[in-house]
Amino acid sequence: MSIITMHERDIQKTSLRQKVVFATVQVLLYAFLLTMALIVLFPFYWMVISSLKTLDEYRESVPTFFPRRIMFSNYREAFTSASLGRLFLNTLYVGVVSTLLSLVITILSAFAFARLEFKGKNILFAGLLATMMIPGELFTITNYSTVTRLGWMNTYTVLIVPFLVSVFYIYLLRQNFMQIPDELYLAAKVDGTGDLKYLLKVMIPLSLPTLISITILKMMGAWNSYIWPRLVANDQAHRLITNGLRNAFTETTGDVNYPVQMAAVALVSLPLFLVFVFLRKYIMKGVSRSGIKG
Amino acid sequence: MEVRLENLTKVFPSRNKKSGEEVVAVNDMTIVIPDGKLVGLLGPSGCGKSTTLYMISGLQKATGGKIFFGEDDVTNLSPENRGVGLVFQNYALYPHLTVKQNILFPLQNLKGPDKLSKNEMLERTVEVAKLVQIDNLLDRKPSELSGGQQQRVAIARALVKMPRVLLLDEPLSNLDARLRLQTREEIRRIQRETGITTVFVTHDQEEAMSISDEIVIMKLGVVQQIGRPQDVYDSPENLFVAKFLGTPPINVFSGRVENGKIYIGEDCVMEAEGVEDQEVWVGVRPEGFVLDNSGPLHCSKTGVEVMGRDVSVVATHTASTNSVIRAIIPSETVVGDGDSVSFSLKRNKTFIFRKEDEKRIRLEK
Amino acid sequence: MEMVENRHKWKAWLYLSPAILLLLVFTVWPIINTVRMAFLENYSGLSAVRGATFSLGIGNFRSVIQYPKFLQCMKNTVLLCILTVPISTFLALLIAVCLNSIKFLQKPLQTIFFLPYVTNSIAIGMVFAAMFNIVGSFYGTENEIVVTAGIINNIIEFFGGRRVNWINAGSSYLANITVMTVYIVWNALPFKILVLLGGLQSINRQYYDAAKVDGTPRRRIFLRITVPLLSPMIAYVVITGFIGGFKEYTSIVGIFGEKMGPADDGGRLNTMVGFIYDALSTNKQGRASAAALILFLIILVVTLINMQVSKKRVHY
Repeated sequence: MSIITMHERDIQKTSLRQKVVFATVQVLLYAFLLTMALIVLFPFYWMVISSLKTLDEYRESVPTFFPRRIMFSNYREAFTSASLGRLFLNTLYVGVVSTLLSLVITILSAFAFARLEFKGKNILFAGLLATMMIPGELFTITNYSTVTRLGWMNTYTVLIVPFLVSVFYIYLLRQNFMQIPDELYLAAKVDGTGDLKYLLKVMIPLSLPTLISITILKMMGAWNSYIWPRLVANDQAHRLITNGLRNAFTETTGDVNYPVQMAAVALVSLPLFLVFVFLRKYIMKGVSRSGIKG
Repeated sequence: MEVRLENLTKVFPSRNKKSGEEVVAVNDMTIVIPDGKLVGLLGPSGCGKSTTLYMISGLQKATGGKIFFGEDDVTNLSPENRGVGLVFQNYALYPHLTVKQNILFPLQNLKGPDKLSKNEMLERTVEVAKLVQIDNLLDRKPSELSGGQQQRVAIARALVKMPRVLLLDEPLSNLDARLRLQTREEIRRIQRETGITTVFVTHDQEEAMSISDEIVIMKLGVVQQIGRPQDVYDSPENLFVAKFLGTPPINVFSGRVENGKIYIGEDCVMEAEGVEDQEVWVGVRPEGFVLDNSGPLHCSKTGVEVMGRDVSVVATHTASTNSVIRAIIPSETVVGDGDSVSFSLKRNKTFIFRKEDEKRIRLEK
Repeated sequence: MEMVENRHKWKAWLYLSPAILLLLVFTVWPIINTVRMAFLENYSGLSAVRGATFSLGIGNFRSVIQYPKFLQCMKNTVLLCILTVPISTFLALLIAVCLNSIKFLQKPLQTIFFLPYVTNSIAIGMVFAAMFNIVGSFYGTENEIVVTAGIINNIIEFFGGRRVNWINAGSSYLANITVMTVYIVWNALPFKILVLLGGLQSINRQYYDAAKVDGTPRRRIFLRITVPLLSPMIAYVVITGFIGGFKEYTSIVGIFGEKMGPADDGGRLNTMVGFIYDALSTNKQGRASAAALILFLIILVVTLINMQVSKKRVHY
């Protein structure tokens, strides 16, 4: 085999062309990404500035991109007219209680599946995973009758209990528990450490990131849940935030006091934003493995 | 194609932004790699040898200095415009493509006057596959090949576009010991047959010595010595090179030159006419010891290891910097039973190095 | 040893008991009951309480399939799926690849692109509704003049285009679907970008170095290296995208409200999930169950088809 020498090239020219191509590609890349980022951010921006405008300014035929007079009073009005305070508290209560209970159930189940040996373990686990394929709507129909029969309509219980067990979270945590070496468990057994103590002292601290992810996703779930609460607890006393928001502002088009509506939307979105800003890492880690929103 | 590196320098910005310390990976390197030779870049990890290879390939930009391929200054050219073939340490074979598709891949990128017809591409692929002896594996996926076969495919892929320079990054490090011996012969054969200037990187001195036409020994980004393997082994320019080459390694003693004589401890082992009186390191290759009851170097013997062809005498000496001294002597030599052993030293296997800069002091023949 | 083992078995079931109890009541029983109700002719929870009995049959399925509203729901759902899944997957892939090839600003941009994920789809739907509102004065239902403003139409007019009635009374189906597609894609991007970028970052850099040494053009690197090596992740986001798409509901409530359509044509944009809830709230559990089973079947079939296609196309 002979070596073909490369065709004569003007090295200066090639080197210059390389630089031009590189620069052009960089410019195009950033132009595309920044444009997309602007599109993604625009609704948030529009929400915030609209919520600070007067109704008259909002309705001007040439829109302003920054409010001339900043109307914080829109927020006060939104807060009172939609009784957001009550909705916040309801949602917070349901979120915290269901997250705590759900964590306990998830941890215990994941521990049993990861560390204990019992007959039928694998079949049971496979069965649990299989239920993940079924759309939730299929359960809702019967659950609606069940909670009616149990007399749970319009209570906090109905918002908390039916969704305490998440097969996905059990799966996630079990995977995490399995990564903890067996030797640690056996060593603890030899030392006479009980299961629960071992769980508290070793496994939970070691799986803290996963547990935090689960907590955040569960709280976000409560914050965003809409269908089930509307179905079973749509009274003033137990209504949750998303549902309450939709109820307070039934009109989305036509002649609506948009600034106040946008202020309400901003207030509802704010807690999620704060959680995102401070706990981004955990959310992204949890989400990339779940594929399910909330 | 001759490859010339002139004052080549690579500085990496510090990872820790606060301290701001830069890392000089390659420092002012000037070497000439002659046309059609197989050259090994050799050194411990972190010596800058891989960085040098990547700068030659164009994947990393030089901070300073120039790289020439023949008369062409390629310093500012990107890899595809340099005409290099690169074999990665982990081979980097595309896992979703068959062997044939992997080898065809570079050819399909050629444009303009270099562009080949489908048939030409196939012909070349088969030709190069035959060269590296994988022509029976063309329809397999990389995951179905052994490590040695993957290595050959990687070489074939690098060779198929007939590069001006072939670069190999630690080509043998992922193979087991038996394959390593076989593959290094193979690389030597392929390089001979193609005549392509080849540079490879390794930390294994035995590997480099066995197949290279020339070796370049590096330490902390600085070239220590360049030359034919045997020349470098026989005549190291400093203590680092002497220690780095050879298995078992060279025996280093703390010694001194006094009145034109070399002393190890109280033992006067050799003449050193014309050398100033000073503290020195004395290095003796294992094969530089001659068992000699009246020899000048007195050691305590700790054992004898029989290795068939020759015998290794293990001993200690208070001035030795190695924990034990290893002397290799022909197996027909009879080693006495006593606890002590005496050696005389071969002059061409004994080197002395200045203590302050570890540079070699040449002795008269 | 034997005793320890036995105690363990007993303990395992103890730890699992809360989960199993809840799953039996709220997951296992509903599965059985849904199938039961679906095959009981015209089953209604309310009549059942009053002691009515129902004969076995497939009438529920027949009436669901023949029901024009259901067909409309199905059409909406399928249309939105077919539109949004490819668009969002392609855009997400493009953004992820671009993000992966820059250094400066990579982290902040990544954060921005993830932002829509942490939103309430009803709340932000209301923002989109405001943005797509019509512009100017028009006559409302009682012949009064109403002034409204929608930024999207403002922008269209600024560039010399004609304003569009996107979502208000009198808007066209095409306009409605366009708005829904934009909103759903906007909502679906973050998850897809996150997964695809994660996949890209786990591809060994050496493949790209090898391609670079061989002078591979960018487009060819993308098509012949990136896409094949990323194919498991692409298959994953497509499958989850379809599953999510068939369960589309709240994003429509966000923009159009519970009327599920523009003011003059409620229910026009209803989806399969919406249909199930409508049937449920009018106490037609039999019909709701049949629809839910049909939905489950569709999702199952689509998933299986996707997996079959992936098997051929996905590498490894």
